[in-house]
Amino acid sequence: MVNAAAKIRVKDLRVSYGTQQALKGISFDIFTNEILAIIGPAQSGKTTLLRTINRTLEFTAGAHYSGSVKVDEVEVGKVKNIYELRRKIGMVAPLPVGLPLTIYDNVAFAPRMGGMRHKSDIDAVVERCLRQAALWDEVKDRLDTLGTKLSGGQQQRLTIARALSHEPEILCLDEFSIAIDPVTTMRIEEVLRELRREMTIILVTNLVQQARRLSDRTLFLFAGEVVELDRSEVIFSDRPAQQKTYDYVNGIFG
Amino acid sequence: MFEATEHTRRMQRREGIIKYLLSAMTLLIVLPLVLIVLFLLYKAAPVLSLDFLLENPIHGMRAGGVWAPLLGTIYLVLISLLIATPVGVFAAVYLNEYAGDTWVTRAVNLAVVNLAGVPSIVHALFGLGAFVLFAGMGRSILAASLTLAIMTLPVIIASTKEALAAVPLPFRQACWNLGATRWQTIRHVVLPNSISGILTGIILQVSRAAGETAPVMFTGAVFFKAIRPGDPFAYGLLDQCMALSMHLFTVSTQVPDVPEPITYGTAVVLLGVVLLFNALAILIRFRLRSRKKW
Repeated sequence: MVNAAAKIRVKDLRVSYGTQQALKGISFDIFTNEILAIIGPAQSGKTTLLRTINRTLEFTAGAHYSGSVKVDEVEVGKVKNIYELRRKIGMVAPLPVGLPLTIYDNVAFAPRMGGMRHKSDIDAVVERCLRQAALWDEVKDRLDTLGTKLSGGQQQRLTIARALSHEPEILCLDEFSIAIDPVTTMRIEEVLRELRREMTIILVTNLVQQARRLSDRTLFLFAGEVVELDRSEVIFSDRPAQQKTYDYVNGIFG
Repeated sequence: MFEATEHTRRMQRREGIIKYLLSAMTLLIVLPLVLIVLFLLYKAAPVLSLDFLLENPIHGMRAGGVWAPLLGTIYLVLISLLIATPVGVFAAVYLNEYAGDTWVTRAVNLAVVNLAGVPSIVHALFGLGAFVLFAGMGRSILAASLTLAIMTLPVIIASTKEALAAVPLPFRQACWNLGATRWQTIRHVVLPNSISGILTGIILQVSRAAGETAPVMFTGAVFFKAIRPGDPFAYGLLDQCMALSMHLFTVSTQVPDVPEPITYGTAVVLLGVVLLFNALAILIRFRLRSRKKW
């Protein structure tokens, strides 16, 4: 089931904000069409990792990284068309951030910025993405209302629809279920299982159960270092390789 | 249950006093304004009419209207804003959205803040030296407008920066994640959501530009100039002009025996111009705020 080709290769990645080290030399591969869960407490560098991959790290003053991150065997630091790179990676941020635009314009934003002009093309993208994000039925009659007026769970699905609008090959979800109820979370997880056939998914989550349910492999990141990366069955079993992993997963972390 | 303790009673008393005090202070602000306006209107009542607006001053300012200075002020304000707005807004966009936190930008920001505090008479001297003499524009509407533009620029930059900074960062991050460039993000998300604040800052500068006397006196406004009454295109860019602020100074201190209503009428018109622009600002803000998006 897991395709052996590496979609993303991270090698000895170190990231620091000023004097503060966020990632302290981590190395791992992410395979094509797998769901990789990244778990770990706050401040362990999960979001930093995602921001390094799509090169939005450089918007933070004082951020610096060394080492290598390759997407499809291309070093991201050497990418000239960073906008193309970012479109290749769908990013769902932790807080649902509906852009202060209509629902339609939220989803149409990336295609338009990418140069799509014809209304019928954009219409098609909007409908496809909203359907994929399991939001279409709820909003199809009010596409011209503000995205920011939607409920938290709907906004979260809107951001997922938006992240899908530029047809990414990699989808990163950063604690997407933080603001939504369990039922909606389940629906989105269903969506993700569908999507993994088309794309590689990185799931940053604080919910250990969610990682267990969804992911093929799980990476436990702690204080900027990889504690353990293995098949999720192993990580969430009685005997992962590291005692620390067992303690964290079972909530007896000191 | 629920009996008031000594402490609660004390708090309630304090609450009452504070509320009374605060509302009294508010009244204290409003009262002088109302009194000033009423006083001016009362004194100016005999001359106030449409003719007063559309006629030039005659008989050595002792009769007639305020057309020439009124039109001059409108020219000066509009042209100075036309110059200061694009420069100020784009500079603010650069400083807030593009420039990193380096010592250069910090120095520029400091300069902007300090420039905003420079007295208008200093701007006047600068305008005289730079535009009238050095650039050879002579004393003209153009030179005076440029001087006013230089004077209002720092405040426009500061207020625009503030309006831009009020747009939450996550909106920008979301756009960047979608592969939008900085400019696309600014153009489609940041500017539409800060435009009401930006416009408010700009229009508030109108009152300053309209009210300042020294800068225009040094660079383009004259004691007297007759123009075609009622013709809105009576001034050329390189003409000298009259200005309401200076005209008010003239009729109240420089010319003897000016009838009182004319002096107060001039003040009412100046106040009216400023209030009109402010009302416009409020209207625009109200319209844009009803479209507030988060």
